[in-house]
Amino acid sequence: MDKSLIRNFCIVAHIDHGKSTLADRIIEKTGLLTAREMQEQVLDNMELERERGITIKSQAVRTVYKANDGKEYIFNLIDTPGHVDFNYEVSRSLAACDGAILVVDAAQGVEAQTLANVYLALDHNLDVFPVINKIDLPSAEPQRVKDEIEDVIGIEAQDAPLISAKNGIGIEDVLEAVVNKIPAPKGDDNAPLSALIFDSIYDSYKGVIVFVRVMDGTVKKGTRIKMMATGACEEVVEVGYFGAGRFIPCDELTAGMVGYITASIKTLSETEVGDTVTEADNPCAAPLPGYKKVQPVVYCGVYPADSAKYEDLKEALEKLQLNDASLFFEPETSLALGFGFRCGFLGLLHLDIIQERLEREYDLDLVTTAPSVVYKVHKTDGTVIDLTNPSNLPDPSEIEFMEEPIVNAEIMVTKDFVGSIMELCQQRRGRYVSMEYIEAGRALLKYELPLNEIIYDFFDALKSRSRGYASFDYDLKGYEKSSLVKLDILINKEQVDALSFIVHSESAYERGRRMCEKLKDEIPRHLFEIPIQACVGGRVIARETVRAMRKDVLAKCYGGDITRKKKLLEKQKEGKKRMRQVGSVEIPQSAFMSVLKLDDDN
Amino acid sequence: MMTTDLTKSELYIHIPFCVKKCLYCDFLSFPADEKTKERYIEALCDELMYIGCERAENPLRSVFIGGGTPSVLSAEHIVRVMDTVKERFTLEEDAEITIECNPGTLEEEKLKAYKECGINRLSLGLQSSHEKELKTLGRIHTYEDFVSCIRMAENADFDNINVDLMSGLPGQTASSFEETLRKVCTLSDCIKHISAYSLIVEEETPFGQMYEDGQLNLPDEDEDREMYHMTTRILSEYGFERYEISNYARPGFECRHNIGYWTGVDYYAAGLDAASFYGHCRYSNTPDMEEYLKDPISAPSLIEKLDQSGLMSEYMILGLRLTSGVSVSGFEKRFKTGIFDVYGKEIDRFIQDGLLDHAGDNIKLSEKGLDLANFVMRAFI
Repeated sequence: MDKSLIRNFCIVAHIDHGKSTLADRIIEKTGLLTAREMQEQVLDNMELERERGITIKSQAVRTVYKANDGKEYIFNLIDTPGHVDFNYEVSRSLAACDGAILVVDAAQGVEAQTLANVYLALDHNLDVFPVINKIDLPSAEPQRVKDEIEDVIGIEAQDAPLISAKNGIGIEDVLEAVVNKIPAPKGDDNAPLSALIFDSIYDSYKGVIVFVRVMDGTVKKGTRIKMMATGACEEVVEVGYFGAGRFIPCDELTAGMVGYITASIKTLSETEVGDTVTEADNPCAAPLPGYKKVQPVVYCGVYPADSAKYEDLKEALEKLQLNDASLFFEPETSLALGFGFRCGFLGLLHLDIIQERLEREYDLDLVTTAPSVVYKVHKTDGTVIDLTNPSNLPDPSEIEFMEEPIVNAEIMVTKDFVGSIMELCQQRRGRYVSMEYIEAGRALLKYELPLNEIIYDFFDALKSRSRGYASFDYDLKGYEKSSLVKLDILINKEQVDALSFIVHSESAYERGRRMCEKLKDEIPRHLFEIPIQACVGGRVIARETVRAMRKDVLAKCYGGDITRKKKLLEKQKEGKKRMRQVGSVEIPQSAFMSVLKLDDDN
Repeated sequence: MMTTDLTKSELYIHIPFCVKKCLYCDFLSFPADEKTKERYIEALCDELMYIGCERAENPLRSVFIGGGTPSVLSAEHIVRVMDTVKERFTLEEDAEITIECNPGTLEEEKLKAYKECGINRLSLGLQSSHEKELKTLGRIHTYEDFVSCIRMAENADFDNINVDLMSGLPGQTASSFEETLRKVCTLSDCIKHISAYSLIVEEETPFGQMYEDGQLNLPDEDEDREMYHMTTRILSEYGFERYEISNYARPGFECRHNIGYWTGVDYYAAGLDAASFYGHCRYSNTPDMEEYLKDPISAPSLIEKLDQSGLMSEYMILGLRLTSGVSVSGFEKRFKTGIFDVYGKEIDRFIQDGLLDHAGDNIKLSEKGLDLANFVMRAFI
């Protein structure tokens, strides 16, 4: 394979700036196969794939572009998950590329994620060239945006293609720029094999399919490969590359190529993203740099709304884990919620995605507890535990001190909202780092924020305080010592474990008060008065009362009403059945969920 | 518990017309032109004839002409309906025959005709003696209209009159309600029965919408309960005793027809959307006027067929509406099994919670239980 005809690249952009639309256009305007490959009847193989029902929603796609210089180029377009939760995956995808297209919205200009993503790309020594998208919008200001890119990011932008991915304007320019501005891959086909894993998926026919970028060497059917970090060894069954929506087998993958390997690997945990694939008998000298083991940063309890669905939930989580090695779960029992799982996620978005998939694809009704970050608890006996469930916090007498994760946050916002965003960050215990005006009217605010302050409703608060204009990005900075306490909620004097959480001592009162207020509205009135108390270390810091029910009676019930009134009572009874019993109090499931969103403006 | 003879039946006749819909009303009722009314009466009489010949096996212990506002019809229409009933059904000698009336629609003539055709009980919808409250409800009459109706009814020899009142109205206070109660109680000896409802805001009504929009200035729960408890106390001063959650009567004047609903008596029903219950089945006529006019005797749709447990459940939830409650021996006689064998756990729990009382042969809602009746009834569903 002539390396000079390969281009490995990705597209980086702020959310909604048109990344996936541009990717679609690139795929449309290019071909699936080279002229030579067509003659070799690759299609027959593909037909087989189709019969077996294998289709891929790939992280990568290979297309063929006939450039103005008359040559056919292979484009490997590698998708990068567009969210901070998947920063590590993004970094590994970037490491598989040689260059990147930066898409910037002609009206919106540079945004927080634009910056974060482009810096990440530059960190990986990628050649980045910008394109200005949505130039057909009335509010488009291409020249302003070009200047902004040069000022803020510091990359050449004057000859950036002006395009509309949506309407197919300027796509040819982008394709030519890929050929001319992104370097061809380097590498030695004859060196010992080293290939970077940037993704892997589980397929019930083929087992694990490993997505790789070959840096050096050659891999083909029969090669005995070794994953350097996990140590797993297997014989290669098939190699190939990614057509649009399908796997296309080929003879070998050589240095500079992007493709897949199958080797009857049973679980994803053997093929971790970032690991290096080498030849078992002729290994490369050192693994590729940048590998790290992915650890969940946000945990929460996930329970089936109907406790009879515990096994279904377990099965669903197992299935999801087959294709998402970063999802962690272990059984957990709650007095209030029964049997469920403590699940670990890469971030809030990841949590949302998993929750939504469980509900939508597996038809499960879930009750989730408040998400928690991982605290480091330094005990007096010198040991340190990673605390993922507030209920497991040791007795205060055994705790020397605690640490919490801190993130570096970048918030980009128009001038008018700087004040209210600063106020928000302060409320969330943010530490001001810097502020710079990146252009007239727009500022980039940098704060250090405790992660546990942004996993509740920070996004919502940010949006409502900036009328949707603020954009936000963060990455983990590390752990810091902090004054943390466990806040417990007592309903009718009984502690409800599923509602306990860790909070900074200074926020405890405020959070406790809002929890009590929320719960007061959610818990239906009973025959008796129900105190709702927020406690820290056994001391009550906030209290509300659900008054005893005084009236629950149908004034009228005559001949024509009976059926309807009976149905009403039945419905009420049905609703009660779905409630969770804590002591003598029935708590609706919505109560557990409602405390996840303690809106600021209430 | 009032003794009920299940070999007797009742008849309900629905008149879905009114002058103007009240803002809280969720009954099937609407204004209509004369022609529609005429066609309706024709269809209704056809249906009554059919029921009388084909279905009704037992003599009727009561007839209730309800609505809507039956009194918007001409006297002649009502007479025709009653003539059909008398012709096709066996009426017990002392059958209770009620017609619902709206004070804005009565005149001496009509009342005389009612009396002559056998109607012996009037049910008058007053709701409040305060003009402002009447206006809030969207009623078409004044308190003066009501007083003159009562005088006309006295003149027409009606001596068994019910008056409907409402508490918990927007803007109402305990003292304004007390005034209403006392005025009605002292107005006439012919008033033998008072239904006093705590307002239910139904979703699909203008009140429902206003409630959602926060425009309904309702008394809070404490005030509402104060009014309810006051009702019992004040009415009792004048000799009206509570016998059901919302119903009060001078001794011997409890509404026989309604007691039938609460004690499992069979009832036939004629008219648009009318619900009937016989042979352990509940049926409903079509709510579609055109459909009804076209074919008033087509079989009503079966709404539910009650099995033994369904019948027992209704025995409890309907019977407990009565202040006398349900009869332990009556339950056993009817279902051939003991009430405690079926509901012992629930009954004991509620007695312990102070919501039910067990006195002699009867199990009934306590004073507190009457306020929380749904809470108790849900356990028997």
